[in-house]
Amino acid sequence: MHYSKRTLQAGASILGLAITVGFGVFGWIAYEPELSRIPPPDRASIPPALIRKGEQLATVGDCIVCHTADDGPALAGSRPLTTPFGTLYSNNITPDPETGIGNWSADAFRRAMKEGVARDGSHLYPALPYEHFTRVTDADLDAIYAFLMSREPVKESAPPNELLPGLGFRPLLAGWKLLFLRHEATVSEPMESSEWNRGKYLVDGLAHCGGCHTPRNILGGEKWADEFAGGVAEGWNAPPLDASNPSADRWNVDTLQAYLKTGTAKGHSTAAGPMGPVTEGLSRLNDADVRAIAVYINTTIHSGTTPSSTVTPPAIAGLPDARTNLFDGACGGCHEPSAPMGRQGRPLLSETSDMNAKDPRNAVQAVLQGIRDPSSDAPFMPSFADNLTDRQIADLLAYGRSRFTTQPPWPPLEDTVRDIRKENAQ
Amino acid sequence: MSAITRRSFLAASGIAVAFALARPARAQLAGGGEGGAGPAIVNADLPGSLKSWPYLDAWIQLDQNGKATVFTGKAELGQGIRTALTQVAAEELDLPPSKVTLVTVDTLRTPDEGLTAGSHSMQDSGTAIRNAAANVRMLLLAKAAATLGVAEADVATKGNGTIVAADGRSLGYGEIAAAVSLHVEALPNAPLRQKGQFRTMGFNLPRLDIPAKTTGGEAFIQDMRLPGMLHARVIRGPSIGTRLKLPPDSEIEAMDGVVKFVRNGDFAAVVSRREWDAVKLMRRLQALPYTAANEPLPSGGVAETLKALPARDIVILDTSTPTADPKHSVSQSFTRNWISHGSIGPSCALAWLQDDQLTIWTHSQGTFDVRRVAAELLNRPIETIRAIHVEGAGCYGQNGADDVAAEAALIAASMPGKPIRLQWMREQEFGWEPLGPGMVTEVDAAIDAGDRIVKWNYDVWSNPHNNRPVGAGGVLVGNEVAQSFPIPEGKPIPMPEGDGSRNSNPLYDLPNTHVIYHFIKDMPIRVSALRSLGAHLNVFSIESMFDELALKAGVDPLDMRLAHMADDRARSVMLTASEAFGWKTRKKTSPLQGFGMAFARYKNLGAYCAVFMEITVERDTGRLTVRRVQADVDCGEVVSPDGVHNQVEGAIIQSLSWCTREASGNDGTLRTAFDWSTYPILRFRDVPEKIAVTVQQQPGKPFLGVAECGQGPASAALANALADATGVRFTHMPITAEKVRAAIVTL
Amino acid sequence: MTTSITVNGKRHQVDSDTDTPLLYVLRNDLELNGAKYGCGLGQCGACTVHIDGKAVFSCLTPLGAIGERSVRTIEGLGSVDAPGVLQKAFQDEQAAQCGYCIAGMIMRAQTLLDKIPNPSDDEIRDHLQPNLCRCGTHARILRAVRRASDVMAGVAR
Repeated sequence: MHYSKRTLQAGASILGLAITVGFGVFGWIAYEPELSRIPPPDRASIPPALIRKGEQLATVGDCIVCHTADDGPALAGSRPLTTPFGTLYSNNITPDPETGIGNWSADAFRRAMKEGVARDGSHLYPALPYEHFTRVTDADLDAIYAFLMSREPVKESAPPNELLPGLGFRPLLAGWKLLFLRHEATVSEPMESSEWNRGKYLVDGLAHCGGCHTPRNILGGEKWADEFAGGVAEGWNAPPLDASNPSADRWNVDTLQAYLKTGTAKGHSTAAGPMGPVTEGLSRLNDADVRAIAVYINTTIHSGTTPSSTVTPPAIAGLPDARTNLFDGACGGCHEPSAPMGRQGRPLLSETSDMNAKDPRNAVQAVLQGIRDPSSDAPFMPSFADNLTDRQIADLLAYGRSRFTTQPPWPPLEDTVRDIRKENAQ
Repeated sequence: MSAITRRSFLAASGIAVAFALARPARAQLAGGGEGGAGPAIVNADLPGSLKSWPYLDAWIQLDQNGKATVFTGKAELGQGIRTALTQVAAEELDLPPSKVTLVTVDTLRTPDEGLTAGSHSMQDSGTAIRNAAANVRMLLLAKAAATLGVAEADVATKGNGTIVAADGRSLGYGEIAAAVSLHVEALPNAPLRQKGQFRTMGFNLPRLDIPAKTTGGEAFIQDMRLPGMLHARVIRGPSIGTRLKLPPDSEIEAMDGVVKFVRNGDFAAVVSRREWDAVKLMRRLQALPYTAANEPLPSGGVAETLKALPARDIVILDTSTPTADPKHSVSQSFTRNWISHGSIGPSCALAWLQDDQLTIWTHSQGTFDVRRVAAELLNRPIETIRAIHVEGAGCYGQNGADDVAAEAALIAASMPGKPIRLQWMREQEFGWEPLGPGMVTEVDAAIDAGDRIVKWNYDVWSNPHNNRPVGAGGVLVGNEVAQSFPIPEGKPIPMPEGDGSRNSNPLYDLPNTHVIYHFIKDMPIRVSALRSLGAHLNVFSIESMFDELALKAGVDPLDMRLAHMADDRARSVMLTASEAFGWKTRKKTSPLQGFGMAFARYKNLGAYCAVFMEITVERDTGRLTVRRVQADVDCGEVVSPDGVHNQVEGAIIQSLSWCTREASGNDGTLRTAFDWSTYPILRFRDVPEKIAVTVQQQPGKPFLGVAECGQGPASAALANALADATGVRFTHMPITAEKVRAAIVTL
Repeated sequence: MTTSITVNGKRHQVDSDTDTPLLYVLRNDLELNGAKYGCGLGQCGACTVHIDGKAVFSCLTPLGAIGERSVRTIEGLGSVDAPGVLQKAFQDEQAAQCGYCIAGMIMRAQTLLDKIPNPSDDEIRDHLQPNLCRCGTHARILRAVRRASDVMAGVAR
């Protein structure tokens, strides 16, 4: 086709106009005003009751986990968070005026949590899960603000983020928010108990469970339609919190409450990988709120489509026959049903979601990384990365799957183990 | 010569006992009063264990090459006693340590000095060996002088195994020893070598056991290998008192790898040729159902549990003096939970019945009692049993060692000619060993307008700590066999040593003191001695109270203590440590930083120890960092300065672990601590950043054992530093990070 | 059946079952005392040895898993007459009370010094975290590792 010069010129003008308008609209969307600095609130004027309330809410939100570097001062940031888009470093949320949020007003704090905008008007990366925090009430945000302002100010600036080229341009986040940030409060269900509603409010908002337990799309936003269908966090699968969870029919309010509060529950495996620090944090949460969360999750985990695979522990009756293979020497000391762990009520392999899941990822990670007690850094389960080869780990997992579950076997795992091992090394 | 002499010697001492003068026993008991009655006193004028074994050749023998073999009734537990006693002997014999071989407790070869416990080894054995060696040196000098035809003043030992006369002629110890009989009683005042002459004592002799331990040498009972040795595992339920429902013997005997299945009543053990086979068999059998223990485990807290039990009140102190009126009062209750010994190496024993002689190798602190227990359990004449101590992992009191020794003996007795090695598993150690008793104290004190303490009411509740087996009823297998032996009733250790009452009598000068020990004989949880016994909680309580009273008075904690302490040695350790620490100029430079101190004289008879500590607290986690610890110790004459440092550093770290982490829980039927994940102890990240220990020079003063002097002061200093840092007084151990965090949220 | 393994540079034929943990093979078949039974659960580190230069729990490594990889125990670091740098440092610092944990500590520390010859105090503590000591010898153990690293760096003897 042949276009006349005039047509091309007109086309160019229209395109130019569209781009300018587009930028303008975009700029209008992306622009957020700076909120004035305030002097840091006087510590002594903050009511202790508000601090206590805020501390509990901050515990639900688990601010301290992301906003504290390994061996770093609490809440002073600089923790690296690896995402598919690169590495982000968390901000300092102590009340230091220069490097923290000491100059932030309560309004600024609320805006950050609900809209993902910093005091100076810049957009925050959704590593801060503001699409969840947007549901938190203003009163609760004020309590968290009070708690944070009562912490010790620490001078600590985060290193610059290391993102894929182009993603460092913060106004792009406005676009992301357009797509994924829905300003809505959690709605109470009148037919449900107040405990259930409290649980939903916490889960949807501060606890941001969906942040790990809901799958994400390519832009990194949660797929709301598939809420709680399962996700990935730091190389581990965050199991579904809907009925597709293989252990769904064996979870109830009591076991969920025990699991959240202590990291262990009869008949289920210990909180592992990134869930360890979550339960360590929740160990400080009052029982009523832990139970509320458990009540709500108990509903979600029993709702939805029929489960794809359920855990049916095979009966282990009488004396097990003697087995001569790797399992006895490497695993049996803890994982034989007669082992002290089993006799003392710790989970049998047959009862774990990991061994029963379709995806062997978590089982592989447990063997490669071990499972740590987050409060003491001592191992619940040691890592086998250095004493067992990929092939041996694959064989052991296949053995465990066949001996302890009634699930169909996993595909050969040697390559999977090798790949995950490489992934962990990065 | 030795075997026959030893037996006749033992028989002879038996006769001597029958004619022993009815003199009152010295106030201090051998082994600190733990275990049984201890060896009888034959000659009360002699120092240390010489009073029970006055003959020199019971302690020292010299061979023709001038080499000395020294016998002690004490055991090396990792506290360095083997090296320290070698130093003592070498010093007084004036021999180089390389020419001295120390034989530790062996019922066939060494004196019975009761238990190695109560920090008594230096007092009992060190003193005996020192004086025996001095006697021997005296005899050698006299003989040398006579042989050379010179006056005794003209001969001297040279430190290399020779005696030289003024005119230069010399004789080796070997030559002289041949002509001297050491089968003579010690004289009480043989001249001792003095500090200025010391060649070995007071110096840091490298520990004799460390080279093997750092290079894979044979160093522990677990390393012993006997020819044709078989491996045994005891088969028990997961927690004390549980009973497995085992199939008939024939079914078990048919399993792969079983050489023998030993069953007697509720006791069961498998014996295999290979150790791993025994472990696998044990696992298979432990998969079977079990019945719960007869008595449920207590479900309440320490205070609730103990105070609900009947108690016998024992008055420890009751003094009254008219004083001014009280102005400020402080009332507090303190508790410590049941805690595990937590030995890194689970208990182990070997036993071998050869031609009617049963030999037991054990790491029990009461090796002579192991023999008595086996004799009663197996109904064998005691002369047919020999028990030999071989070092195990640190035990810190009565762990599973005595149980395992008795079990190995029983298994060996059923398999004549076969050496048996029995090893407890980690979970068996946690599930069945006796725990350190939980205790509670209540203190009610007051100061007058002049900041003097005028009221001191102190109550302590505790089970007996001394349940060390002296007969078959004291070990698990004794309660399990078909013809079982009843668990003996626990008795308190009388003061001045005390058990639950240990250190409940403050060393401070207090005009009105009323201290009652509520002795509780019913033991809902199996308990026995754990390092420092009641001193841990009693010192914790007393020293916490002193700080609280100082706070009320507005007085510095150190000044408060000094104002009430006349004992010069006590004052000296407190002042020395405080100066090295910089107590007077201490200044807080960051929030949640605290300084604390504590002092105690172990049992008011033993070593003096003052501990000063600086800590910081992480507000949002409650995690403590101990920045530095400064301790000073007075242990009388110092044998090995580095040995003292090592013991006290270790005591401080262990005490911090007890204080901040440890409690053995239960769920009503089972002990819930079965491995290190359910019973976490201090790891490297939480160890103090700096620990410094200084030792007072006290030449000529009696030896005082240091093994347990740090437990009480370290925990107390921590609690005091925490109170200083946070303004919160923590009184219930363990003081976990979560407890601290929850208490300081709004600070 | 016999299994061939290389321990401290020497080839051994072991006739224990292949599921036997390396710990028992070392102690019973090869009569090496260094690696110790502390828990059998991978929680205390008393059994620590090296496989291809990495610190592992020998109580959880079956004989059949070793294959051609090389095993090193404390006996492979030196002897009483010719102690290795770390062993000598532990002796010079008198870094032991009962000493049961020490062989495991030395093996664990060795892998740190193999990787980072001059570690910081925090790095040493972090690295030794998997190993337990109940007697409280930690301060001396840290000093011994520091001392060994100073010797390796040539700043101490």
